[in-house]
Amino acid sequence: MASPLLELRNITKRFPGVLANDSVSLKLNKGEIVALLGENGAGKSTLMNVVYGLLSPDGGEVFVDGEPVELKSPRQAIDLGIGMVHQHFMLIEPLTVTENIVLGNEPTTAGVIDIRKARADVVEISERYGLAVDPDAKIIDLPVGAQQRVEILKALYRGARILILDEPTAVLTPQEVKELFGVVRQLVTEGLAVVLITHKLEEVMASSDRVVVMRDGKVVGETKPSDTDMSGLARMMVGREVVFRIEKKPTVCGDTVLNVRNLKVLDDRHLEAVKGMTFDICAGEIVAIAGVSGNGQTQLIEALTGLRKVEEGTISFLGNDITHSSARQTIDAGVSHVPEDRHRRGLVLEFDLAENMILGDHRKPPFTKRGIMDPQAIAQITEERVEEYDVRSPSIRIAAANLSGGNQQKLVLAREVGRNPELLVAAQPTRGLDVGAIEFVHSRILAERDSGKGVLLVSLELEEVQSLADRILVVFEGRIVKEFAAGQASDEELGYFMTGGGGTKLTENSDTEGGESNDA
Amino acid sequence: MRNPITSVRLKSVLEQLATPFVSVLLAFAIGSIVIWAVGYDPILAWTSLLKGAFGDARRLGDTMLRATPLIFTGLAVAYGFRAGLFNIGAEGQLFLGGLSAAWLGLLVVDLPRGIGIAIMLVAGALAGAAWAFIPALLKARVGAHEVITTMMFTFIGRYLVSYLVTGPLKAEGQIPQTVKLAPETMIPKFSETFGIDFGRAHWGFVIGIAVCVLMWWILKYTTTGYEARAVGFNQWAAETGGVSVSRTIIKSLCISGALAGLAGVVEVIGVQGRLFDQFSSGFGFTGIAVALLARNNPLGVIAAAILFGALSAGAGTMQLEADVPQKVIFIIQALVIFFVAADQIAKWVLSPFKRKGAENA
Repeated sequence: MASPLLELRNITKRFPGVLANDSVSLKLNKGEIVALLGENGAGKSTLMNVVYGLLSPDGGEVFVDGEPVELKSPRQAIDLGIGMVHQHFMLIEPLTVTENIVLGNEPTTAGVIDIRKARADVVEISERYGLAVDPDAKIIDLPVGAQQRVEILKALYRGARILILDEPTAVLTPQEVKELFGVVRQLVTEGLAVVLITHKLEEVMASSDRVVVMRDGKVVGETKPSDTDMSGLARMMVGREVVFRIEKKPTVCGDTVLNVRNLKVLDDRHLEAVKGMTFDICAGEIVAIAGVSGNGQTQLIEALTGLRKVEEGTISFLGNDITHSSARQTIDAGVSHVPEDRHRRGLVLEFDLAENMILGDHRKPPFTKRGIMDPQAIAQITEERVEEYDVRSPSIRIAAANLSGGNQQKLVLAREVGRNPELLVAAQPTRGLDVGAIEFVHSRILAERDSGKGVLLVSLELEEVQSLADRILVVFEGRIVKEFAAGQASDEELGYFMTGGGGTKLTENSDTEGGESNDA
Repeated sequence: MRNPITSVRLKSVLEQLATPFVSVLLAFAIGSIVIWAVGYDPILAWTSLLKGAFGDARRLGDTMLRATPLIFTGLAVAYGFRAGLFNIGAEGQLFLGGLSAAWLGLLVVDLPRGIGIAIMLVAGALAGAAWAFIPALLKARVGAHEVITTMMFTFIGRYLVSYLVTGPLKAEGQIPQTVKLAPETMIPKFSETFGIDFGRAHWGFVIGIAVCVLMWWILKYTTTGYEARAVGFNQWAAETGGVSVSRTIIKSLCISGALAGLAGVVEVIGVQGRLFDQFSSGFGFTGIAVALLARNNPLGVIAAAILFGALSAGAGTMQLEADVPQKVIFIIQALVIFFVAADQIAKWVLSPFKRKGAENA
C-alpha cells in the first residue's frame, strides 16, 4: 500500500518546435529496476532531466513518496534522494576518488575538510553496496568502468534512493557492463530504485524488472522482459518491424583493394601502438577489426587514411603505394573514412549540412571550379544525398550540431559513401545509435560490399562484428592475434582473444618475428 | 519549398544582428547613467555626439577618416578569428605596411597616380603578410601560440620603425619622421573628388568597404575561406577532410597580416603622407574590439568600425556643447566591448522576444 517512491503524472515539456515530452506518466517503486527505452530523441533524457531538476516542465506533476514536489534545481532533487549519473561523467580528473565523491558535501571540522572521515565514509559505502574502488586513486588513472562506479558512489554518498543512469553502458566494455548490472542489482536489493535510460535492447532484457517504452515524446507501452522478446521491444520502440541479423549473400572476393604489410604506427606519446599488422581486403569483402578499445585500432585507421605517419611497413591501395599519402591524397585515391568520433573528426558541427556534405570533396568539381564554390551544385547534391540517406532535418542550412546523433551519423555516411569510394573505412559506425539507425547504417555498409567495394569495419561491438563481417581480425596490443572467417567464432572465443587470451607468450614471440601472429 | 529556407536564413541573420545591437544599446544606457550620475545631461551629450559625428559633411568626413584604419584592422582580426587564430599583432603588421608605403611612395612618384597607389597597397599588404608569416610558421610547425608571437612581432615592428625614422629614413629637420610624400602619390581626398568639404576623409574608406565585401565573399564562396572556417571551427574534422591544417593556418594568418598591413598603407598615403613613431594610435588593438563587435563578420566590421569612428569623431563636439569630458567615450567603448564579450547579458535581454517568436512560429 506504500506509495511509489517516484511518480510522474502527465509531464509535458516543450522546446521550440518540438514536443519533447507529451503528457508522460511513470511510476517507480522501491526495489525495482525500470528501463526507460526509446530511440535517440524519443524524450527519455528530457524526462529524466525534469526529474533531476535540470529542466522545468511546462505541465504535469512530480511526486516523491506520494508528496507533490517542485523540482527547480538538481540541489533540490539531490535533497529528495534523487541521484543521476550522466552519460558524460562529471568528475574532476586530477582529484582523487574520495575528493570527487564528497565534493559539495565535504565533512568538515571547524571549516576544514576532514579528509580522513571522508575517506572512511567512502570506504564504508563502497563496501556496503559492493562497489569496489580505490578511494585514493586519481580519476584520471581509472578505467571508464571505475569512473562510473565513482559517479554512482557520489550519488549514494549524497543519499540517493532513486538512481537515474543515463545510457550507462555506452562507454563500457562487455565485462564492465556485466559488473555494472551486478552492482545495480545489489543496489535495488538494498532498497533503492533505479531508472536505466537506454536504447539497447539486450540490456533491457538482461537487467530490468519493468520496461517503459517511449517514442516521439510519449509513453507507447509498458511491459516486463519476461513477457516479451527483443523484436517485440524493438517494434514498440521504433514502431515497425526491425531486422536484427541482416541477410548476407556469400562474398564474391574480387581483386585486392587494400594490402597492408607489417605496418607499424606510433601513438601520440610516441609509443608503438600498431606493432606490425599485415592483412588484405578484397573487393566485395567486409573485414572487421575486433578488439577492446585502445589496442591500436585508432592509430591503424589514422595511418590508413593519411592522418598519421607510418613508421614502418607499407600500405598499398589498388596496387598503388599510399603509405605516405596525405589525407587529401588518400581521399582522392578513393578511400572514404567514417571516423569513430563523429563530433571530433566526422563533422564540423558549426557548419550546415551542405558545408559538411562536401568536406573532403570541397576542392573538386562540380562543387568548386578554380577555387570558387558553386552553392547551387552543392545544395543540389546535398539535397539528393540527404534524401537518399534519410537525414532528417528541416533544411540543409541548419548547423549539423542541431541534428540528433543518428542523423549526424547518417550525414557522415551520406558524404563518405556518396563519394563512391573503392574502400570504406568505418570506425564504430553505429556508436550511440538506436536500432532503427543501426539497421540503416548496416544495410548501407552491406550495400557497399555487395557493389564490390572493400570495407574495413572497426568496432567494439561484437554483435556488429559478427553480423557484418566476412572475415574477423582480432587485435590485441597492436597486433592481429587471431583471424576468423564469418560465423566461425563465438562471442566467447572472440572475447577470449580480444583480452589477450591467446597468451602473452605469443606477444613476446612475435616481437622477434616482426609482428605477424604465429597462432594462425 | 524555398520559403522555409529563406526564413531560416533571415532569422539567423536577424539573430546575429540582434545581440551586438542590444549590446551597443546597453552600453549607451549604462553610459547615460554614468553621465547623469556625474551631473551632466545625457540627452544633450548624445545629441551633440551625434551632431559631432554626422552633423555635416565635414564631421561625417571625420567619422569616415577615423573609421578607415579600423575597417582594415578590424577585418584583419576578424579574418584571423574565423580561422581560429587570434592575431593580436595587427598593430605590428600595420607598422610594416606603413613603412613599405612611406618608402615606396618616394619611388612611385613618376608613375600614374592609380598605378602608384595600387603598387603601394599590394606592397603594404605583402609587408603585413610577411610580418605575420614567421608567427604563422611557428604556430603551424611547433605550435607556438600566435597571441605571444604576433605580440612580440608588434614590438619588433614598432621599434624597427622607430629606429628607421630616427636614423636611416629620417627627413631633414628636428622631428623624427620620413620625407613627406608628394600629394600626387597620395590617395585622393573626398573633398578633391566631390568638391564638398569632407575634411580629411579619403578614398581609403571606400577601398576598406570594398575589401570587406571581398573578404566576405572569399569566406563564403571560395575554398580558401571554406578551409579557413573549417580549421577555425574544428581542425580535426578539417584534417580528416583532407584540409592541410598547417597550410591553412599559415595562409589565414598571412591574409590577416596583409589586411592589417593595408591599414598602415592607407594611414600613410591617405592621411599622414609620411611615417613617424606615433602614426598609429593603437588601430591594431582597437581592431580587436571592432572584430569582436562585428562578431567576426566582414560586413559587420564596416558597421562596427563606423561606430568606433563616430564615437571618437563626435567626442570633441560632445565636450564642447554638453561639457561632458571626451574621456566618457572611452567608457562607452569599454562598455560596448564588455557587453559584446558578455553576450549572454544581451541574449538575456532579448530572451522574452525570442520566446514570443517561437510561440508565433
